[in-house]
Amino acid sequence: MIKLINLEKSFNGQKVLNKLNLEVPEGQITAIIGPSGEGKSVLLKHVIGLLKPDRGIVMVDDDDITWMGRNELNRVREKFGMLFQNAALFDSMTVFENVAFPLEEKTRLTRNEIRDKVHEALEHVGLKGIDHKYPDELSGGMKKRVGLARALLLDPKIILFDEPTTGLDPIICRAIHQLIWETHQKFGFTALIVSHEIPEIFDISHNVAMLYHGEILEMGTPADIQRSEHPAVRQFITGSLEGPIHMV
Amino acid sequence: MTLLIRKLGALALFILGEMGRMLDFLLYGIYCIVRFPGRPVHILKQIHFIGARSSFVILLTASFTGMVLGLQGYYTLSKFGSEGLLGSAVALSLIRELGPVLSALMVTGRAGSAITAEIGIMRITEQIDALDTMALNPFKYLISPKLLAALVALPLLCAIFDVVGIYGGYVVGVKLLGVNPGAYFHEMEKSVEWKDVYSGIMKSLSFGVIIAWVCCYKGYYCGHGAEGVSRATTSAVVMSSVVILIWDYFLTSVLL
Repeated sequence: MIKLINLEKSFNGQKVLNKLNLEVPEGQITAIIGPSGEGKSVLLKHVIGLLKPDRGIVMVDDDDITWMGRNELNRVREKFGMLFQNAALFDSMTVFENVAFPLEEKTRLTRNEIRDKVHEALEHVGLKGIDHKYPDELSGGMKKRVGLARALLLDPKIILFDEPTTGLDPIICRAIHQLIWETHQKFGFTALIVSHEIPEIFDISHNVAMLYHGEILEMGTPADIQRSEHPAVRQFITGSLEGPIHMV
Repeated sequence: MTLLIRKLGALALFILGEMGRMLDFLLYGIYCIVRFPGRPVHILKQIHFIGARSSFVILLTASFTGMVLGLQGYYTLSKFGSEGLLGSAVALSLIRELGPVLSALMVTGRAGSAITAEIGIMRITEQIDALDTMALNPFKYLISPKLLAALVALPLLCAIFDVVGIYGGYVVGVKLLGVNPGAYFHEMEKSVEWKDVYSGIMKSLSFGVIIAWVCCYKGYYCGHGAEGVSRATTSAVVMSSVVILIWDYFLTSVLL
């Protein structure tokens, strides 16, 4: 289980996370929604130790990772996979090399075993025959799927998704959500998804948390959130221009 | 007045902090060379990039530097009737000073800027974060191989610079200005000692560390977006060049 306790983070004097508390249940899909620029990606980066909080605690299972050293943190990171907003594929490597990279570096598998695993993972995300392509030859949706294949390859216990469908057309967006749901059903990992896709994200999430002004305003099942009376939550899920959330 | 003192204090603290962070970066990079040396193929690729692909610019600058030294040396020595010493003047200037410094400055411009841009782009496109999230140490893949490669490549490039420069001086001094070829090489052989060569090697080794260190650091901690990368690249080239020249002075005063 992931637990964030009284997390605070500021950048250049501007508070992004403000005494934020969040518990992410094990084996379920939890979505973080909220307006742009409210610190959703910052929150995700705290969970995996890419950012250190000014104050507060980050717990992953029984480990307090807040101020862990690099070696210890890497031990905890073995449990994680992450899909970045822009997929973060290594641009000097082909698709095959990108997906094979963690296997080559972290396992003792033979070249043939790695090839089979990579092809299986690419097939699972619906991509065949693009081994030799470079990331800049792929569409946004294909990059995300390659990123997902790479994230899934080492069977992580927890996967973090940073806006997995941003900038994609509605069909690809639906396909990616479907893929996340299917892989979750198959592997049973804990998923934390940062997303703007309302209401599509409700279809695949067990829990939804709304982040606003650096704190979690409400957390519950998708049905709870859709029934919420909180004006900011209501405004965000209906996409209304009237309400407490102002466009920056 | 108080505001000025406060600003100066803040600046001093910032510079101290930055220096500490740079030192920590270097020490951790060296630790990683020993602890996780990386795959030989990665190191060879970097030696090829920093060394072999800089050889053309080194050949070009070395030959013209040697030729200019031949011209200037001949002009000065002929005033004292000592044109025969041209070989030793060219060789000592190149081996002790110009070879290591100019080859390092050329590598900074060609390979150092590219190193900063490459690592900087990896930083802003979250590729370095991706390595971290896979529990793979970015230093093992990005920093240590470059540090090690610069340590190998710089002395070799410096040696090429010295030899080509000496022949550049020979072409101008002997072929164009009529210095005796025997005297050119004989005087050189008489005056160049092992400690001169040693001093050149030590300098180019330390310059290799400076280039890889500063350029990797600037890329690793570059700012946001394309502007951040461009600023980091400029700053890496300027800083490496200045540090090379300052370090050269201190090293020369120690090795004299």
